[in-house]
Amino acid sequence: MASDFNIQYVARLARISLSPAEEEQFGAQLAGILGYIEKLKELDVSRIEPTAHAVPLVNVFRPDLVQPSLYHEEALRNAPAKASGLFAVPKIVE
Amino acid sequence: MTAPDPMLNQLTTWQLAEKLARREVSARQAMQACLDQIQRVDGRLRAFLSCDAGDALAQADQADRALASGPAGRPLLGVPIALKDVIAVRGQPLSCGSKILGKFISPYNATVVEKLQAAGAVVFGRLNMDEFAMGSSTENSAFGATRNPWDPARIPGGSSGGSAAAVAADECLAALGSDTGGSIRQPAALCGCVGLKPTYGRVSRYGLVAFASSLDQIGAFTKDVRDAALVLRAIAGQDPRDSTSIPQPVPDYAAALDGDIKGLKLGLPREYMIGGMDPQVSAAVQSAVAHLEKLGAQIVEVSLPHTDYAVAAYYIIATAEASANLARFDGIRYGARVEGADPIELYSKTRGAGFGPEVKRRILLGTYVLSSGYYDAYYLRAQKVRTLVRRDFLQAFEKVDAIVTPTTPTAAFPAGEKSGDPLQMYLSDIFTISCNLAGICGLSLPCGFTQNPKLPIGLQLLGKPLGEETILKLAHAYEQSTAWHKEKPPLNL
Repeated sequence: MASDFNIQYVARLARISLSPAEEEQFGAQLAGILGYIEKLKELDVSRIEPTAHAVPLVNVFRPDLVQPSLYHEEALRNAPAKASGLFAVPKIVE
Repeated sequence: MTAPDPMLNQLTTWQLAEKLARREVSARQAMQACLDQIQRVDGRLRAFLSCDAGDALAQADQADRALASGPAGRPLLGVPIALKDVIAVRGQPLSCGSKILGKFISPYNATVVEKLQAAGAVVFGRLNMDEFAMGSSTENSAFGATRNPWDPARIPGGSSGGSAAAVAADECLAALGSDTGGSIRQPAALCGCVGLKPTYGRVSRYGLVAFASSLDQIGAFTKDVRDAALVLRAIAGQDPRDSTSIPQPVPDYAAALDGDIKGLKLGLPREYMIGGMDPQVSAAVQSAVAHLEKLGAQIVEVSLPHTDYAVAAYYIIATAEASANLARFDGIRYGARVEGADPIELYSKTRGAGFGPEVKRRILLGTYVLSSGYYDAYYLRAQKVRTLVRRDFLQAFEKVDAIVTPTTPTAAFPAGEKSGDPLQMYLSDIFTISCNLAGICGLSLPCGFTQNPKLPIGLQLLGKPLGEETILKLAHAYEQSTAWHKEKPPLNL
């Protein structure tokens, strides 16, 4: 399965632009890691439930009270680009 | 002849707190002693990414004013504690060792910061780390590697290498770090301090930048076990802002440190006696186990049969969670941005320029194992293997009170040795990773040194879920009857 690892496809899904040198290097390294990970196939897990969290807590609620939160200005303070009190982004619709 | 008084920065937190409460010294003097030490050694050690001395001294002055009217149940009043650069402090920089956060300034405090401040601590400094806590050597920091205080040619461990090095080099009294697969215990072992990873959910993760949310946990680096108990008590507890925090009362961990470990059952997992172990590390761990037996612990062989699969399962689960968590670094709301013609190009260029190689590799791996057609084969299978790993521990804990292992297979390795081979780097975490998958607690403490060069060796104690009192008790009994924790690094930087 590791052999059909397509670095360009995965990089596109991950929204990371890679240089050709990175594609080559990461592709080879990840193929090695995926080869190692294949060892999980040795185990029979057909009757095992998956664990998403080690500490099972369910239906954790807190009182629905209005609490102070970040001020508009503070939320925008770290923005790389802003305009009219909003985050500025490239044009999305024509 | 009496030994010279240790400098204030060399004390443990409880020793300093006692001196402060008696008004023998001031919090300002203690903070200044740490700043002086940073000035002396950190140009070469590079444990700190930054340190706001003015803010630290102002907090110390505030502590001195509070001390003038009595410590009033604030156990860390005036004690300087530094933070890994992954924990948010309002008004201070937060980079996670990455370029992608640019000049980010935290708009709020992590819960652990509020708790430390409520206990009176002077919370200061930003400690170096592998980028987004991904690594085992601190070589993956975008701002340069931290050195090992015992040998500057070697790595301090990671990802919390800055925290471990700063505590070992007496640049602070204690530090906080985070542990996703060993990132507290492994550097603590390699730098010769105590590192405690609490049970998953014991400490709130609010304000901790997420790497792998089902594995991450904040914990302490300290100079002795009593300090680990004190810091844990200060930071633990349920938090309405972290729905995974456990609603269990926080015990007085220091009260458990009575030295009486008679009859405690200590499991020795046969799967941890692997090939590739440094013989000096095995020998130190074996003699530590014999020592614990002499102190009254009963040693029982246990089996953790799925140990050999833990690293593989971990690198699927952790990278999958990371690929989702790190999607937020897209150049829109905060951090650095590389412009693009459309949002997709902006995201890709920003992330391509902002993330370092290890973070890119892990996001790519995590994206792949979650992608259509591979989810069941990789991610779901790894979650099932996680069940098996967790079950191994819960079954072992039916027979024993705690488990003892080496923390790492070798002492600190030379800088550059594993940085070109990610898989070898991952395998250096072989003894620490299972603990996070199982969600249990673990602690590393000094148990000896290698010779030529002299490097610290760590002993790992693993405890039941919420079994911190038991492992602290065992660690304390061992520590108090040995002298390893009193040794200081030469700092020949």
